[in-house]
Amino acid sequence: MTETTAAEATPTGQAILARLRWAVRKGGIVIPFIVVFIILSFISPSFLRFQNIANILDQQAGIIIVAVAGTLVLIAGGIDLSVGAIYGLAGATAAQLAAWMGTPVGIAAALGVGLAVGLANGLIVTKFRINALIGTLAMSFVVSGIGAIVTQGNLVVVLDHPDFQQFAATRIVGLTSAAWMMIAAAIAVSVLLSRTTFGRYVYATGGNAEAARLGGVRINTVQVATYALSGMAAALAGTIDASRTLSAQASAGSFLTFTVLTGIIVGGTSILGGEGSGPRTVVGCLFVALVANGFNLLGLDPFYQQITLGIILLLAVGTDAWSRRLS
Amino acid sequence: MAPDGVHLDIRGVGKSFGGTRALDEVSVAIRIGSVHAFVGENGAGKSTLGKIVAGVIQPDQGELVLKAEPVSFGSPREALDRGIALVAQEVALVPQRTVAENVFLGAEPRRFGFVRRRRLLERFERVVAGAGFQLPANAVVGSLPLAKQQQVEILRALARDAELIVFDEPTAALSAVEVQRFHEIVRSLAGSGRTVILVSHFLNEILELADTVTILRDGRVVRTAPAAGETEDTLVAAMLGRSVGRTYPPKQHPPTDADVALRVRDLTAAGVHGASLDVRAGEIVGLAGLVGAGRSELARAIFGAVPATAAELTAGAAPLPGGPLGSIRARLTMIPESRKDDGLLLRRPVRENVSLASIRAFSRFSLVRRRLEAKRVREALTSVAATSALETQPAALSGGNQQKLMFARALLAQPRVLIADEPTRGVDVGAKRDLYRLIVDLAAGGVAVLLISNEVEEILGLSHRVLVMRAGRVVAELEGDRMTEEAILAASFGRSLVAAG
Repeated sequence: MTETTAAEATPTGQAILARLRWAVRKGGIVIPFIVVFIILSFISPSFLRFQNIANILDQQAGIIIVAVAGTLVLIAGGIDLSVGAIYGLAGATAAQLAAWMGTPVGIAAALGVGLAVGLANGLIVTKFRINALIGTLAMSFVVSGIGAIVTQGNLVVVLDHPDFQQFAATRIVGLTSAAWMMIAAAIAVSVLLSRTTFGRYVYATGGNAEAARLGGVRINTVQVATYALSGMAAALAGTIDASRTLSAQASAGSFLTFTVLTGIIVGGTSILGGEGSGPRTVVGCLFVALVANGFNLLGLDPFYQQITLGIILLLAVGTDAWSRRLS
Repeated sequence: MAPDGVHLDIRGVGKSFGGTRALDEVSVAIRIGSVHAFVGENGAGKSTLGKIVAGVIQPDQGELVLKAEPVSFGSPREALDRGIALVAQEVALVPQRTVAENVFLGAEPRRFGFVRRRRLLERFERVVAGAGFQLPANAVVGSLPLAKQQQVEILRALARDAELIVFDEPTAALSAVEVQRFHEIVRSLAGSGRTVILVSHFLNEILELADTVTILRDGRVVRTAPAAGETEDTLVAAMLGRSVGRTYPPKQHPPTDADVALRVRDLTAAGVHGASLDVRAGEIVGLAGLVGAGRSELARAIFGAVPATAAELTAGAAPLPGGPLGSIRARLTMIPESRKDDGLLLRRPVRENVSLASIRAFSRFSLVRRRLEAKRVREALTSVAATSALETQPAALSGGNQQKLMFARALLAQPRVLIADEPTRGVDVGAKRDLYRLIVDLAAGGVAVLLISNEVEEILGLSHRVLVMRAGRVVAELEGDRMTEEAILAASFGRSLVAAG
């Protein structure tokens, strides 16, 4: 969609630079991703095997589901640091209730937990005007604590419930149901962002909240909705991983929050809000996963992997800052 | 003392912002120990001149000569080093720290990097003793009323041995008693040999305090004269005058029996104290007044952007439901004062900016119909004569084209009432003409327009009727022959001791 009006504005040097920045932002992570992908297929013959790709997708399913929903939160100008805690509590809830009352109850209850915490996050940020970083961090402590109390710190194991395992591990056309759910979530968020009125409101709210408000956008409702979706996505991811391993631990998500945030930022979504996209978050997460996969395939020290990840993250944020700078 | 008794000689100073000439060949000599006032309409250049003196703004042409020595200030800091301080309209203090800490902020007496607190208090007492007014050293600045905070700023200037202090609209937000107190302080500053530059639009204040007055109009000096020889009438007369080259579309008066499209009775909100007005369909009503008179506050309150109470607030036949969304649905739209802060999504495409307020009309089952959206946006852009591609970012557009986007957005919402707050600020002459045409055409099509502008001329050129606001109230309604620049200015400035509140 690049229709223009009759008279195109003449590009000045500044405008060209602005366009270059726009292009870097738009394309962004895709090029490094392709480069890493090609390098890995050359140096490791096993990389390009369908099974390896399918495994990566299966393993990344949870992270990407949380990340695409988190993209909504970030674009709307917020941040959700409670996803890891929700992931843990929801996984434990799903596993325990599936064992006691059957799989459907377990899954529904887990999603309910995610929705409730997400709504609470939304209210904390909008109604009580607490900074999103602190509000959701505090919520993550509360949720983790509840998880630890409920499970008494134990691993919850689901035995004799094959249907619970089928939730995430059913193979459909070569991919697991977890991977398919991830693909569905990524498409849903991408369509939501690029094609719906809600998507417009999300971008507007994060881009300039006051302008959005004066333009008739209910900015508080929009923000609450993004936190609710993020909470549900974290709960779904926790449930998927509990189903895959037939066990869950409330503390399992402690590192997830930061992995997800890294994927989103590397995908080019701005930490300042107003910009980003669903597909690029998927690429960002996969890029981080490919780097990890590459380190494994090459048998390199995992510590180098962390250093590399840190540098990639800094580069991503630096590029973001650069592309925002307009004199 | 300099040989000729001139403290600061401003010689041929010029300054442009974008395409607008703010100051042109301005020359003024400020005598040592005098109180010198800069006076003029909104936008006449008096604030800009004050800021140039204090190093906040750098002139494009001309020079400043400080006690017979040419100087140029790259920053307020450099001006301060040469003994020139600015006390701005908005105080620039650290509200969490104490009075004494703020007075010596950045110039604390210290040893080995540690602040010497006792020395700091001693110095504070010395500065206060020389200032002629008292302030508690250990009071937290944020807890003080505005007038006291302003006194902290004055102390800060004195603590830096400032010999020339520029006050930019110092009494705009003070109560009557505080204004009196401020006047005493200014007199004692001048009495102690310091030079004071007073940028103010309160004529009585200028006549009471100043020794010399420089009257500015359209960025030029009309005259510099002793204040004793001036009256409010001579000042107002000198501030008047018409700049050349403006043309306004011919006025088409609405039928006298046109329905009232917007009715406001006794509206109260922050900065608005019981304002009432009517705008009829097809009518352009100009809302004039000084900066700070409450015009934008009234506009935002009507639109529902800020909480307000009113005896009556109706658009068409129905009361406005409150809130921006409710107003837009009731077909009342506002183009806000600052398009960058409150209007545009600078990094989203033009298309999304224009369709923002009416996106529901371009969607089915909440899916945006992009082709329909693009079509309507393109139509709207054409009707506002905007030359911008649909996918451009507004950040890359000129002020005029940005403002046209705001009009295009308003048009798409099909308003019956349009409030336009400073629609031509920072816009070049060509785009201004387009926007005037647009406002007149909208009114001709039956839209009720409430137009806010700092340019009296613009208000006169476009409006069918003019309302003047002062201190949060509508104080005058001018129609027909009574719609003159004199009448608007007289009503804006008022005639008694002016103090907000």
